[in-house]
Amino acid sequence: MELSGGEVLMEALKEEGVEYIFGYPGGAVLHIYDALYQQNSVKHILVRHEQAATHAADGYARSTGKPGVVLVTSGPGATNAVTGIATAFLDSIPMVIISGQVPSRLIGSDAFQEVDCVGITRPCVKHNFLVDSLENFASTIKKAFHVATSGRPGPVVIDIPKDLTTPDIKVAFEYPDHVEMRSYSPPELGHPGQIRKAVDLILSAKRPIIYSGGGVVLGGASEQLCALTKELGFPITQTLMGLGAFPASDKQNIGMLGMHGTYEANMAMHECDVLIAIGARFDDRITGELDKFCPHAKIVHVDIDPASISKNVVVDVPIVGHVTQVLDAMVALVKESSRRPEKTDMESWWAQIREWQAMDSLGYDLSTEVIKPQAVVESLWRATKGDAFITSDVGQHQMWAAQFYGFDKPRRWINSGGLGTMGFGLPSAIGVQLAHPDATVACITGEASIQMCIQELSTCLQYNTPIKIINLNNRYMGMVRQWQEFGYEKRYSHSYMDALPDFVKLAESYGHVGMRIDKPSDVDDALKEALSLTDRVVFMDFITDQSENVYPMIEAGKGHHEMRLNPRKEPA
Amino acid sequence: MRHVISVLLENESGALSRVAGLFSARGYNIESLTVAPTNDPTLSRMTIVTIGTERIIEQIIKQLNKLVDVVRLTDLTEVQFIEREIMMVKVRAVGEGREELKRMTDIFRGRILDVTESSYVIELTGDDHKITAFLDTLGSENIIEVVRSGATGIARGEKSLKV
Repeated sequence: MELSGGEVLMEALKEEGVEYIFGYPGGAVLHIYDALYQQNSVKHILVRHEQAATHAADGYARSTGKPGVVLVTSGPGATNAVTGIATAFLDSIPMVIISGQVPSRLIGSDAFQEVDCVGITRPCVKHNFLVDSLENFASTIKKAFHVATSGRPGPVVIDIPKDLTTPDIKVAFEYPDHVEMRSYSPPELGHPGQIRKAVDLILSAKRPIIYSGGGVVLGGASEQLCALTKELGFPITQTLMGLGAFPASDKQNIGMLGMHGTYEANMAMHECDVLIAIGARFDDRITGELDKFCPHAKIVHVDIDPASISKNVVVDVPIVGHVTQVLDAMVALVKESSRRPEKTDMESWWAQIREWQAMDSLGYDLSTEVIKPQAVVESLWRATKGDAFITSDVGQHQMWAAQFYGFDKPRRWINSGGLGTMGFGLPSAIGVQLAHPDATVACITGEASIQMCIQELSTCLQYNTPIKIINLNNRYMGMVRQWQEFGYEKRYSHSYMDALPDFVKLAESYGHVGMRIDKPSDVDDALKEALSLTDRVVFMDFITDQSENVYPMIEAGKGHHEMRLNPRKEPA
Repeated sequence: MRHVISVLLENESGALSRVAGLFSARGYNIESLTVAPTNDPTLSRMTIVTIGTERIIEQIIKQLNKLVDVVRLTDLTEVQFIEREIMMVKVRAVGEGREELKRMTDIFRGRILDVTESSYVIELTGDDHKITAFLDTLGSENIIEVVRSGATGIARGEKSLKV
C-alpha cells in the first residue's frame, strides 16, 4: 500500500490501537491534519492550547496505562507542549508527541515557526527523533511507541518536517510488528539472588516498612503489592505518586509519607530497621534531609531503572527489574519460607505505630463560619463513595486531595508530582473523562492553578466531558502563602490572587454550570447536586478559609522525625 | 577520582548532544570528550574523561547507559588500559632556544611538524601526564598556541568494547 506521510501516521496510530489524539493544527502539520480529516479510526480532540494537549494525553495515559498521543505544529506549537512533555517525563508517563517541523530544506534557516524541537525537548524526553526520510517514518513511529511504553516509561517526541508529509509523495507502507534496537533493552527480570537476599532481610526485620511509589502504579503491580503486604502483615506507606496501589482504607496503610505525609508514616520511616522501597525513587520531597534519612534502616530497593538505584540514597539490596515480576517472585519466596519476623517484634512495632496514629496528624478544626478545604475533599469522598477519578493541580489543594481522598484503587489519582505543574488538573481531567466516559471525574484545584489552563473549559463543552471542578478558592496561591508565613515572616509577596474573575459567570459563559458555595453547611448538598448533573461540567467555586495550612510539614533541612505539626496538635 | 569512560554510540545526528547535554544538565564534570566514527560506520566511539566520587561515576555510567543512542560503554579505569592523546603546540623558536627545543622534543619523542624562522609546531603523543610534563618543560612564556585532542583509550589484552 502506497501512502503519504500523513497517511502513514494515521495507519500507524491505528496499528498501535490509538483511540484519541490530542492536538492543535498549524502550518507544519496541515498535511497531517488533512490525512486526519480523511479517516475515522483515530479521534482528534482539539484543545485550546498545546500545553493542554499534552496534559490531556497524560491524563488519558495515567488513567488507562496506555500511551497518550499528541499532535502539535512546529515552533510555538512545540514550545507550548514542552511544559506538558516535562510533566510526563518527571512522572514517567508513556506519551508519543508528534510535532511538525519546517520543510527539510529550511531547517536551520530561522524559518517561520522554526525551533529546534529535538534540541529543546532533549532534556525532558525519554528519547526523541527527527524523521529524515519518509521511508523511515513508520519504523520511527514503532520505535517511539516501544520506547515510550517499555522499561521505565516516558514521553517520546517525533519531529517530522513538513515536506515528508506532502500528500503526493508516497511510500510503500508496512508497519513493523516488532522493533530491533541494539542500544535499547530495558531490564525485565530481577536477579534471583538479589530477590532471595531481599526476602531474607525482610523476614528478619523487627521494625519493617514498605514504601511504595508511582512505579507500582505504572507497572500495574497493585495486585502483587497487596499480596506481598498482606502476606507479610507489614505497615505500608505510599508516595504521592503511588497512592491507590494499596487501598487507603486498609488497616496496614499508614498514609502518605514525605513533606506532607502523616506523622505515623514519617515516624515509622525514621524508626524502621528494614525499608522496602518498591517503584519509588527517594525524591527530595520524600526523604527530607538526606543525612537524617532512615538512620537505622537496611534498605531494599526494587526499580526498573538502574539509575534510580543509589542515586540519592545508597541502598543495601538493589533489585533491578519489572515490579510485577519481582514482587511475584518475592511473594512466592515468602510463602515458601517458614520464617517470619518475630511475632512480639511485630506486635510492639504495630503498637508504636498505633500510638503515632493516635496523634491524628491530619486532624483539623471544623468551622460553622468558613469552609475548611479539607472538609470539601472529605465530603467529595463521601459523595463519590471514594470511587471517582481525581485530578489535581499543584499546591495546597493537591496535598489536601492526597491526604483526604482515600484512594482504594490505582490510576484514580492523577496529579503532577514530579514537575509540579500548575494548570495540569483541568486538561488532564479531559483525558481521563474521555478514557472513562461513564466514570465520575473531578478536578480538585485552586483559583490560582485553574486559571493556568482555564481556556480548556471550551474543550470540555465541545467534547462533552462532564468534569466536576472543585475549586478550593482561598484567594491565595496557598502553598506559596504558607511558605511565606513560615519562612518569610508573613510577607505575602505576590501570592494574593487579586482581581479574580467571577467563576460562576465564567463557567456559564463557557456553557457550563457554575456554583458558588461559601457556607460550610451547603458543601454536602452542593456536591450532591453537582454530581447529579452527570452530563454537565459543573464549576464549583468553594470559598474557603484563607489561613488554612497543610500539616504536617517537613521543612527544609529537617528529617522525618522533625515534622511541623498543626499548632492544635502541639503540646500547650 | 579521574575516570576514562569509553562509549560506543549510534552514529546519528544528535547523539553527541545527548551525551554532552546529560553532563551539563546533571552537573557532571567533563575534562575532555572526543568522538569519531569507528570501523563500523554506524557506530561512533567516544572517550570521556571525567572526575567524580565513586557514587557520581556510578551515576554517570548509569545515566549514559540510559541514553537510547548509547550502545555499550565501559569504564576503562576499572581495567588495565592505554591512554593516548595527541597535542600540537606552537612555540616561539628563536636563537639558541631553537636547538634546545629540538632536543627537548626528541627526549619526549615528539616531532616537529612545521618550522619557521621564529616558531615550531611540535606534535606530541602520550597520556595526560606526559603532555602536561612537556608543556611544563616548554614554559608558558614560549608557548604561542596549544591544541589537544583529548584523551582516547583502549583496554589492554583481549578485552574489547564492541557490539
